[in-house]
This record gives sequence, structure tokens and C-alpha cells, in this order.
Amino acid sequence: MSSETKQILTTDGIPLEVSLKKAEKKNKIKAFLLVAPLLLFLIITYVFPIGEMFSRSIDDKMITNMLPKTFKEMEKWDGQELPSEEVFSAFYYDFKVLVEKQEHGKLGQRLNKEKNGFNSITKRLFRQVKGKKIDESISIKEQIMKVHKRWRNVEYWQAIKRTAPPYTMAKYLKGMDMYYAADGSIAQVEEDRRIHRILWLRTLEIAFFVTLFCFLMGYPIAHLLATLPMKYSNLLMICVLLPFWTSLLVRTASWMILLQQQGVVNDFFVMIGLVADDNRPEMMYNKVGTYVAMTQILLPFMVLPLYSVMKTISPSLMRAGKSLGGTPFVAFWKVYFPLTIPGIGAGCLLVFILAIGYYITPALVGGASGTLISNQIAFHMKQTLDWSFASAMGLMLLSGVLVIYWIYNKLVGVDNIKLG
Amino acid sequence: MSKNPEFVKFDKVDKSYDGKVLVVKDLQLDIAEGEFITMLGPSGSGKTTCLMMLAGFETPTHGEILLDGNIISNIPPHKRGIGMVFQNYALFPHMTVYENLAFPLRVRKVEKDEIDKKVDKALSMVSLNGFETRMPAQLSGGQQQRVAVARALVFDPAVVLMDEPLGALDKNLRESMQYEIKHIHESIGVTVVYVTHDQSEALTMSNRIAVFNDGKVQQLSNPAELYEKPVNSFVAEFIGENNTFNGEVVDIAKDKCKVKLANSEILANPISVKSKGEKTTVSLRPERALINPTDKMDNMFTGKIEEVIYHGDHTRVRLNLLGSSEFILKVPNSTSNLELKVSQDINIGWNSADARALDPK
Repeated sequence: MSSETKQILTTDGIPLEVSLKKAEKKNKIKAFLLVAPLLLFLIITYVFPIGEMFSRSIDDKMITNMLPKTFKEMEKWDGQELPSEEVFSAFYYDFKVLVEKQEHGKLGQRLNKEKNGFNSITKRLFRQVKGKKIDESISIKEQIMKVHKRWRNVEYWQAIKRTAPPYTMAKYLKGMDMYYAADGSIAQVEEDRRIHRILWLRTLEIAFFVTLFCFLMGYPIAHLLATLPMKYSNLLMICVLLPFWTSLLVRTASWMILLQQQGVVNDFFVMIGLVADDNRPEMMYNKVGTYVAMTQILLPFMVLPLYSVMKTISPSLMRAGKSLGGTPFVAFWKVYFPLTIPGIGAGCLLVFILAIGYYITPALVGGASGTLISNQIAFHMKQTLDWSFASAMGLMLLSGVLVIYWIYNKLVGVDNIKLG
Repeated sequence: MSKNPEFVKFDKVDKSYDGKVLVVKDLQLDIAEGEFITMLGPSGSGKTTCLMMLAGFETPTHGEILLDGNIISNIPPHKRGIGMVFQNYALFPHMTVYENLAFPLRVRKVEKDEIDKKVDKALSMVSLNGFETRMPAQLSGGQQQRVAVARALVFDPAVVLMDEPLGALDKNLRESMQYEIKHIHESIGVTVVYVTHDQSEALTMSNRIAVFNDGKVQQLSNPAELYEKPVNSFVAEFIGENNTFNGEVVDIAKDKCKVKLANSEILANPISVKSKGEKTTVSLRPERALINPTDKMDNMFTGKIEEVIYHGDHTRVRLNLLGSSEFILKVPNSTSNLELKVSQDINIGWNSADARALDPK
């Protein structure tokens, strides 16, 4: 029998396998060419920027390139006491090059971030170097130490040494309200300055509750959509999708009109006597505004996957559940609900991930207590110009989403997601 | 225990969905305990609506439905205790076969041991033991169907409704399932209300058949009577094959009438015609007409063969007879077969008792 497993030949004598591969190759090339534009687009607009963001977030090469000699000498320094004459002179020669290139200011700013006080002492050193007051024939260490007493402080030299590696995780630590202490260990910032942690928690909290509200409101709508006769369900579908077709900015602005203290909703509350005219509740520039506006904006993302899953559930299943003796609730809970889980999973994941990175709406209606981590990222990109920190936080957000995706996959299974 | 002849009773039931058209009109139907009754009719004839009203998914617009003497119109479906087999099986796709069968027992808070026993018994009834842990999607259509039947029976309902349960199966499987369901019915004696549009299915399985058309029961009788003695031309048309002649009654006696066709006259059995001058449609089963009849028959004519179609066990012959070229004959393919050729003239005869003069079409 085993001799029977010879190579099968096609009629023209070519082995079948070869012939098959040849035939499939054409299709494979065709398929690849079809997706190639998108692939290229994705690489340019997605993979590349994320790679760039990552390298930017950990990049610390500036000082490494500015003080090459110093760091070379520092490799021999134990970091406990003041460095040797060689380190000081290497630093002096590095600094001299920077002065000629007029880049000493950048060095001062960068070192100042590492330890306060560097800015002024590099300026002093600059004046000495510029005025050629440093005599290169005698001990440079002595002369630099005389420029300012901080140059005699070992902590400042330790700070320089910490900037030696071309890469640093400092931005990530900062994003979690931590920093490298003088001895290189990781420490927490003071309790009253831990703003990022509050923002992270708030972002998670708002994303969670927005997802929950979207689910609670979207589920019945999706069910109605899936069970109504076509002519009504189309109309309802348009109502659900209508916000989609309106500019996000316009929608958010209309929420501002509705929710502000002199706005329509408050007027209505006063009119029906729910609140006193002089005690109108704040519904905007706080979490309430963020919740309301974001829930409304993200609702379609919950409804659509739910609808597409519910549409596939035969109404006879619910009937079967009831005819077999299940009360309407049992039939729903044991039969209908488990079948909608793929849609729930897809909808919740979609809404949560969108909510966690939401920007415009919290920026406009969030106020101080309703801003999210994305607003902080935008702040660092536009105001402080600390792009590496913004990148680090962006990546933390991204990895957070990936972790959630991973947990979801463990709990529900990605195969169970149905987007339509 | 005597069987209740009015176990299920439709009492003057009307049903309308839009307030304009009645899909069920003044339905009066009694179903005996332990009976296998089939509602047969073309789509849109109201048969499924009747079933849905009995199951509780639709409410009658007028009239009452009684189950064992109790009015059930206001009882929700889950309290009626009626088993149902759906057209597309409606097995719960996320539950195993065991869980599907256990569902009606669990909602009734039956004990675990008892559930195991009953599920086992129901599965052996449809010979699917060992399939407990399978998911419905892993079963073939026929197996899914059997699970659906087992699930509808597992909680010992008094009545089981079946809504075209075999519609999705292929011909051979459908036939074997027909016998299987019939045998299950015979062995446990449950009352079955079966809906189908397939007349051979209805004839094979039922004790009685209710032929539906236009929201009304046209005829309610056992299969043989339904086939042999249709009471109107709809039933005659719908059940089995039929040769029809349209004409006018020219003479009528107690059990015979003379019907004038376009250019000839035939003798027929007056069923729904009462007097001379009435229009009528005469219905004759293809197998009741004989070729070259030996014994004396009171209708004897000569026709020309138009077409001969070989069907395996029998041959169908289409004749041009009495001005119509649609007359069908069924000739069994026995050894004494005749040489039948197109364009040949042959003699045909039938008894007037088999030619039923019904209402005009």
C-alpha cells in the first residue's frame, strides 16, 4: 500500500503539488496586490507613528550625545564621592563644544528636569567658559568647583550620571506619578501632586460607566430594532444613526446648550418645580456633562453590534423557551440573553476602548473634574511641548487597551465577538 | 380512563391580524384525547395561526379555545403545558442536547435524578442515547429534529403541537421521520396537533385531517375518507391527483346525475349538486379510470394518448379525452402491461360512483 503513495502527476506530467502551487501563486499575488495599498497605508499611518511614539517616549539620547567624553570617564566613577579630575575636565571639554555650538542652554534645561538648580549653575559655567576664564593648564576640577558651590555637591554629578543611558523609562514613571530618586531607585511623588493617577482612575471610571449606561440603554433599543417590523425598524434605525451623521462638535455644543445652568434642561427642571430657580444644578463642566454627552455619542457603537447579533436570533427560540414552560423572564435570561453575549462583548469593548481615549467631548463639557487622560496628553503636546511625555502616556493608554482586550479574550473569547 | 372526545376544543374562533381580514373564520374543531390530528392546507390558509393560538402565542379575536374543558385563551404560553416542535427546530444553540432536554424540566424544578431519568428516556425514544453532550450544531438535520421532538415530549405534556417539523429534511429522511413520529405517538398516546402543507405526510400520519383553506376547515375526516370522498372541489384538488370536468347538471336522480360537458355527457355521483341546471365540477381520481375495462362501467369513452411518462412503479398517461387534453391515467407497471404509445387511441371507462359531482370551481 505504501508504494501507492507515489507522486500524483497531472495529465501533462507535472507533479500535482507543483501544479497546484503554481495555480495558487497567481491568486496569492492577486490577493496581496489587492490589500497592498491598505497595508502600506496602515504601515505609514499606524505602525510607523506608533514606533516613532515609542522611541520618542523612551528617547534620552540628547544628553548622551552632548556629553560623550564625560560619560566615558564617568564609567570608571563609583558615584559615591565627587568624581575625579578626569571627569571634570572631560565635562569641561564637552561643555566647551556645546558653548561653541550654542547648545549649552538645552543642556541646562534638560539637566534641570533631572534636578532643580542646574539651569543657573550651567549659566554661570557658560559665562566662565565664554570669558575664557578657565585655565586649561591647571586643575579644571578646582576651577569648576569654584564657579558655584553646587558643582561641589555630589548629587548634581549623580544626576548627570543618571542621564547617561540613551534610553529612559522616566516618562512612564512620571505618567504613574513616580520618579527616579537620587540613588536611582523608583519613588512616588508627594501625595498632593499625584495628578496622573487621579486622571487614569477617572478615565477608567468614566469609560466604565459610559459603557454601562450605553449597554443599559442600547440593549432594549437593539432588541426593539431587531424585533420590530421592517418599516418601523428602519425609522428607528435612522433615529439611532442620526447622531452619527451630525458633526461631533455640533453634538457636543448642543449638549452645552442643553445642559448649562441657564440651559434648556435646567429651565425645564425649574418649570416643573423640581429645583429652585436660584439653585440650578451644575450639569456641565463636571462628570455629569461628560457622562451624558459621551453616552449619547457612543450609543450607536453599542446598538449596532447588538442589533446585528439579535437580528440573527430566531424569534422561535423565545417561543420555544416559553412553550417549554419558562416564564418570559426565564426564557429571556436562559435563552435570549446568552445568545446576545457576542454582541454585548463587541459593543462593550468598542465603547470602552473608544471612551478611554475620548478627547473632544471631555475637553468641551468636562470642565476640571471631567477631563480625562487624553486631555492631559493633548495638554503636553500643545502647551508644555513635552512630546516624549505625551508619547509615553499615549503608549500607556494603548497598552491599557491591549490589556483589557487580553482580559476580555480570556473571559469571553475573541471568537465570540460579532461586529456584524 | 375514557378518552375525552373534546380534549381540545376550538369554539367559534375568529382571528384577524389587521382588523380587516379574517385569517381564521368561525373555527369549530374538536380534537379527541390521544388523537393525531393534522391541519393541512396551503400557505396562508390559517392553519399555523390556529396552532399559534393553541400554543398561546396568538390570542383569538373572538371565541374560545378549551383544553380539557378549561378555557385557555387567557393563560400565557408557559403555563399551558403544551409541547411544541417548531419548523426550524428552535433548539437552543448554546446548550447541549442534554441541557436542551433538561430545560423544560429545570424550569419546572424537577429533581436532578428525575431529570436524568426523563432525559434518558426521551432520548432513547428517539434513539439518540449517547448524544447528550453534543451541541445542536454538531447534529445532522434529522438528529436535530429528533432532539426537538424529544424536548417537546420530555415533560409529558398533554398535547404536542408540531409546526411543519419535517419541512427542512430531504425526502427519504422525511419519510422515515414520519413513521418515527407516528410510532412515538402510538406508543405514548399523547394528543398531537400537526401542521403541514404536505398532503402525503398528512395521509401517512394522521388519525384525522382537517383541510384548511381561506380560514375555514373544508373537510375534517380520516385519511381514507378524505381521499376517497372529498366533499368539495378544493379538497379533491388539494388531496391527491384529480381529473376534473366542468359542466352543467342536466338530469339528476338519487345516486346518479347526468352532466353535460362542452360536447358530450357523463354520468356522475351527485355530492353537492341538488337540482338540474346547476354548474358542477366532476372529480375523478386517475386510478379509478381503467383502460379497456372488462366489466360493465357506466362511463365509456375513447381518448388519444398525448404523453407517456414512466415513473418507476407506475406509468402516467396523459390523454385527450372529452375535449380536455389534461386527463391523467395512472397505470401500474405490472407484468400484464399494455403497449402504450403516443397518438394511440384507447378505451377508457369508469363508474359513475367514483365521479363525484362537486361544487363548481
